[in-house]
Amino acid sequence: MNAVAPTRRQLLRGMAAGGFVLAVGLAGGQLAVAGDDAHAAAFAPDAFIRIGTDGAMTLIMPQVEMGQGIYTTLAMLIAEELDVDLATVTLAEAPPSDALYGNPLFKIQMTGGSTSVRAYFLPMRRAGAAARAMLVQAAAARWRVDPASCTTEAGQVRHAASGRSIGYGAIAGAAARLKPPAEPVLKDPKTFRLVGKPHHRLDTAHKVDGSLKYGIDVMPEGVKFATLAASPVLGGKVAHVDDSQARALPGVRQIVVLDDIVAVVGDHMWAAKQGLDALAITWDDGANAAVSTETLWQGLQAAAAQPGVAATKAAPIDATGEDVVSAQYEIPLLAHAPMEPMNCTVHVKPGACELWVGTQVSTKAQGIAAKALGIPPEAVTVNNHLIGGGFGRRLEVDMVEKAVRVAQKVDGPVKIVWTREEDIQKAMYRSLYGSWMSARLQDGKPVAWEHKVVGPAVIARFLPPAFTGGIDIDAVDGAVETPYVLPDMAVRYVRHEPVGVQTCFWRGVGPNNNVFSTECFVDLLANKAGTDPLDYRRSLTDPKGRARHVLDLAAEKAGWGTPLPARSGRGICLQFAFGSYLATIAEVAVADDGTVRVQRLVTAVDCGVTVNPDGVIAQIQGGHVFGLSAVLHQQITLEKGRVQQSNFHDYRVLRIDEMPQIEVHLVASAEAPGGIGEPGTVSVQPAVANAVYAATGVQLTRMPIDPALIARKA
Amino acid sequence: MLELSINGEAHHADVTADVPLLWVLRDVLGMTGTKFGCGIAQCGACTVHLDGQPVRACQLPVGLVGARKITTVEGVGATPAGAAVQKAWLDLDVIQCGYCQSGQIMSAAALIASTPAPSDADIDAAMAGNICRCGTYVRIREGIKKAAAEHHA
Repeated sequence: MNAVAPTRRQLLRGMAAGGFVLAVGLAGGQLAVAGDDAHAAAFAPDAFIRIGTDGAMTLIMPQVEMGQGIYTTLAMLIAEELDVDLATVTLAEAPPSDALYGNPLFKIQMTGGSTSVRAYFLPMRRAGAAARAMLVQAAAARWRVDPASCTTEAGQVRHAASGRSIGYGAIAGAAARLKPPAEPVLKDPKTFRLVGKPHHRLDTAHKVDGSLKYGIDVMPEGVKFATLAASPVLGGKVAHVDDSQARALPGVRQIVVLDDIVAVVGDHMWAAKQGLDALAITWDDGANAAVSTETLWQGLQAAAAQPGVAATKAAPIDATGEDVVSAQYEIPLLAHAPMEPMNCTVHVKPGACELWVGTQVSTKAQGIAAKALGIPPEAVTVNNHLIGGGFGRRLEVDMVEKAVRVAQKVDGPVKIVWTREEDIQKAMYRSLYGSWMSARLQDGKPVAWEHKVVGPAVIARFLPPAFTGGIDIDAVDGAVETPYVLPDMAVRYVRHEPVGVQTCFWRGVGPNNNVFSTECFVDLLANKAGTDPLDYRRSLTDPKGRARHVLDLAAEKAGWGTPLPARSGRGICLQFAFGSYLATIAEVAVADDGTVRVQRLVTAVDCGVTVNPDGVIAQIQGGHVFGLSAVLHQQITLEKGRVQQSNFHDYRVLRIDEMPQIEVHLVASAEAPGGIGEPGTVSVQPAVANAVYAATGVQLTRMPIDPALIARKA
Repeated sequence: MLELSINGEAHHADVTADVPLLWVLRDVLGMTGTKFGCGIAQCGACTVHLDGQPVRACQLPVGLVGARKITTVEGVGATPAGAAVQKAWLDLDVIQCGYCQSGQIMSAAALIASTPAPSDADIDAAMAGNICRCGTYVRIREGIKKAAAEHHA
């Protein structure tokens, strides 16, 4: 705590100068725009807590809110230890600073990978406990009593023996002169008032009446509106632009032509879009003009012939012999398609720049803008907004860089909004991945196991220090560690960067591939062994372990083994990923034409200690829907270097009339918290694929589900 | 200069008649509660009411609105059905990122205003045009039933 004191002063100066962040007023409170007195508060013991002499309290959120409910969770953790009433607190987004707000697990300011609760469970509690201790000490000194004789409740210090109490605001100034305790004493979890009990979300009061301002909603004085087109082929350049038609359109103000981007600025988005559509742009496609879905799959399969790098110590198995079962599983290119299209509003000024954006990586956004303009990062003010869907797409800052390069040519602030077509076709994508699996069976059970993962090393680009020994820790996540008691596992990783597409993280990340392949393969092995998939998994798990517990719970709740109609089936996914155990059982019905209808999903979750159980349930529900869209509907394909899908009619998202019933069962646990944003997306994909296998006898090895293939084979 | 009745107030916009209502609301009048999601009536994020009927503002040239009354998410809370939906949405913590919810709430409010006790099939029919990428459909369904029950109680 002491170590951050000097930088805190810098921070407060920065806030006063920059006028950062929006703040979200709580439960009926007002939307406060920050940079105001609340942040330059009397008592600011760390980077997270601000208490003014009037008792006004602001909690600064080091993780961004993009729907996952993290503002509520982090605020609950601080409030638990600080003993404040959450209804009286304002939440504010942290300004860019890796030093103050770097995710403890990544060392940079980043929200992703289902890490928020794992990273901040203790730091947030410690912050609250330290601030509370200082407030108690200040009150005790004023009353000349032993601090141990004081208690705290709802923003007040109390001394029962003398019947006195005082609000935190009244002693904020005195507390600020004290040293924070080096090792603040945390509450015994048995005494938690908030943690572990369902809490209403703190970020949604302004989402029901349209008053919350996402990045796309900002309106700086004098703002103009722009939309852009990047080369339809990755790496292509603008060869020629004929703008004669566009210039004549009402509301079109400016046409910006860069090396690889063309943008139109107008009085409103419609004028800009009409202008862009009216341009005759000739592109020089460059080196990727021949890329197609076929070349992408061929590249992946060719790479699989390489031995790769060993991610575990066991030697690869000799894949010959009748007792060896082998299979290969593949997942396709995907777009993220968050509902808030890519956007960034930029005002380039002499030697400075102001951004309005919703990003999962504030300091990266600041850095890329600074680099594009050749100015220091401190000269870039970032107004980070609540996000209309991230899913990994807003871990990237390509939309910031493009916007800044366009804005550099525009006088005054300009809001650059991508069309949905641009969002689908010029995106960064979840890569295609493949898994090559082999196991030697003895009495039906694996006695040797090999899993070769082939895919890009997103980590090597995104977080270079985390890429060591040629292993992308995300790409092999879910392969190296499974929920099973298996013999020596040989896990190998072949780095393969697909040519002609840019790849990035996507909700569920590495385990999407590895849990999918492992769980489909386990079903295949169970089938070879002539054993029921549940019994087979039970035989491979520790009877006393957490994995077995969620497996049995899900099976019981799903009615595993009870009869189903013809061409219906149940499928299991058992997984350990992101520090959480999940068992999902899907029930599907397959029509004669191969169409799959998912009827019901039952998921048992052990994610360790839960902060907001209702938030966990919401994340599993939502994660399942995200995964269902992928397994049933989604794939990005390319022809002549160009993405063939363009909008929600051909890049389909699950709709409410396709919804299964979803039941989520939480296991009470005191174990360390696990992540919960990604796991539901991961588990539903193999569960559905295995249910189709059970219903039809057809094991699909490449996603998404192909009804025509099922109809042919079943 | 076009005159529009939005949430019970007169607004004026100096735009050509072909501009979709969505962009007049958002970029000309600064009413940003109505969201852009797809531009081709595939996602429902831009849903508003025209004389109480849900329409996709991205497909409606502003010149065709005429004297019909526009209600947006900023004003729907003033209607009993809209208020019931907003309350149910908060009570059940329906919302995640919230970006699509302006449109979800507008579609849901129109549904419960016209259908006292919507069945699952009614909900599917009325809401299938509204995409939610966070996957809040389980709670949207519950929210509609709760709001309808309270609205028509």
